[in-house]
Amino acid sequence: MTDITHEARHIPDRLESPLRGAVFSWPTLLLIVGVVLFIVNSLASPYFLSPWSLSDATFNFTEKAIIALAMALLIIAGEIDLSVASIIALASTAMGVALQFGVGVPGLVTIGILTGLICGVFNGFLVTGLGLPSIVVTIGTMSFFRGISYIVLGDQAFKGYPAGFDYFGQGYVWWVVSFEFTLFLVFALLYYVLLHHTNFGRQVFTIGNNPVAARFSGVRVERVKFILFCLTGLMSGIAAVLLTSRLASTRPSIAVGWELEVVTMVVLGGVSILGGSGTIQGVVIAAFIMGLVTFGLGLLNVPGIVMSIFIGALLICVIALPILWARMRRRAAR
Amino acid sequence: MKTVILSREFWLAAIVAVMVIATNLRAPGFAAPDKLAGIFNDTAMLMILALGQMSVILTRSIDLSMASNLALTGMIVALINAAFPGIPIPALMLFACLCGLVLGAFNGILIWLLNIPAIVVTLGTLTIYRGIIFLIAGGQWVNADKLSPAFVQYTRIEFLGLPALSWYAIVVAVAFFILMTRTSLGRAIYAVGVNPTASVYAGIDVGRTKFATFLISGLLSGFCGYLWVSRYVIGSVEVAKGYELTIIAACVIGGISIAGGVGTVAGALLGALFLGVINSALPVINVSPFWQMAISGAAIILAVVLNARGEKRGSRLILREAEATS
Repeated sequence: MTDITHEARHIPDRLESPLRGAVFSWPTLLLIVGVVLFIVNSLASPYFLSPWSLSDATFNFTEKAIIALAMALLIIAGEIDLSVASIIALASTAMGVALQFGVGVPGLVTIGILTGLICGVFNGFLVTGLGLPSIVVTIGTMSFFRGISYIVLGDQAFKGYPAGFDYFGQGYVWWVVSFEFTLFLVFALLYYVLLHHTNFGRQVFTIGNNPVAARFSGVRVERVKFILFCLTGLMSGIAAVLLTSRLASTRPSIAVGWELEVVTMVVLGGVSILGGSGTIQGVVIAAFIMGLVTFGLGLLNVPGIVMSIFIGALLICVIALPILWARMRRRAAR
Repeated sequence: MKTVILSREFWLAAIVAVMVIATNLRAPGFAAPDKLAGIFNDTAMLMILALGQMSVILTRSIDLSMASNLALTGMIVALINAAFPGIPIPALMLFACLCGLVLGAFNGILIWLLNIPAIVVTLGTLTIYRGIIFLIAGGQWVNADKLSPAFVQYTRIEFLGLPALSWYAIVVAVAFFILMTRTSLGRAIYAVGVNPTASVYAGIDVGRTKFATFLISGLLSGFCGYLWVSRYVIGSVEVAKGYELTIIAACVIGGISIAGGVGTVAGALLGALFLGVINSALPVINVSPFWQMAISGAAIILAVVLNARGEKRGSRLILREAEATS
């Protein structure tokens, strides 16, 4: 797996620096940041280190992180999906409508996930079928999908989800470990294997590095990208089920602004926005970091909007510092 | 014949005209001059911002922080006005431009000197700038009763039948037209977008040109920060939230290629006008405003499909900008 990422053409300086090996890899660096944050959090607030509060902390990021796993693959392949939050809104709306017809829990879940998948297929068709730039297509479908939610719902909300539906967003699998979080860990493992240990994952990297070369070496670029869009749609549908269940309601303004948070999570995880490099481990750790930052600051009564300063600064610093570091080293070497 | 068909601006203008006429059939009086002037005035800010975004997109970058820049600058000038009502408004406007310029320069420096992709930098500053609003205002809103009357009136003063806000848009548009077609910076912006590598050989500093475009988009965002607070008489954390994507949408509808190098001032203006006309027409023809988002989304998708017919280029260029500069 390291072979692929290191040979990437477009990777920034930080990965090409001589500081190679597991010790100085991107996930390790992130892990250190995470551990520091964890220690700071536990020192700053006496409430932090209880199992329940740590479990609560996971609710801050699992739904976004589940999408981020699929988004990571998409960005590695050189595309982007800005419509994920709107897919959540549409899938949640579809479930809300189904609820009015008295559909049971299995039906609701199926409808939510299927709606997500269909949205992903739609995106995938527009991008790969018609050869359009994904950043613009998904800005369009972002308005389009959420617009449909607004048409269906107006300014009302659907409530009254049946008993049993609340399990997905509020249930616990084992004592204090939530169902959401468990699901995230399972998906993280699946995506890790998919990206780093399968042919498909190798093709994703190849496409991100050089789509033309990938095509000539027999990779079906369009098909791979199409599958990736379907995956982000699917994961958004799953996130919609979790989020709707957690909030126990559907409204069209659900998950507004999440698309940029998901992208931030992926980029923070060391996935190059230029495509071609990145790891699932990094994304998972970045998800934890964002969860730690928001939850820790929340315990300190820092309002949500101010936390965004930290997230933004973290994003820029984490990208900029290794570049500056590499430059300084190069200058010193001369 | 071919040039007419290929000219997106012509078709876009025609579509906007058809939309106005069709709406007028359903709701007579929609196309009355004063109503049209009203639509233009409502769209003025989007036009200014779309022009700023255009200059950035032309160089294969993207500025996601424009709306946050606008909101932050708006809050700063609103707070200054609330605290010191005596400061003359033109000075305050100049200060707003300066604030925006500084915020834009921050983006630009990171992109120029550190070579970080613009989409990452502006994604970061988008959240940072908006967070700072909360800090400097202490979570408070600045409402009408705190702002001085002159501050609020300045965008509404009429001159030759049009409010000042419209005139600002016209002035910016003319300035932009001159900048893009008659100056070396304008040429450099197009050149960088069309072929960064060739631009380097032609003696154009790609990084510095990008920096310049971020200064422009920052300056215009700051200027619109004042305009927004003055027009809607509110300064808050929520100002223009999510508007960054509307600005990009206006550019895309206007035929500005996200892959860089392709786009005109007229296109950006018409793209903004297109969204403005939709917004104004829907309530008039009794379509619920809840349809507005889906319709503009569909319009964007349609515009992209039409764009792609005009120019078949790689879809990944916007994410590839670092290639040429490194």
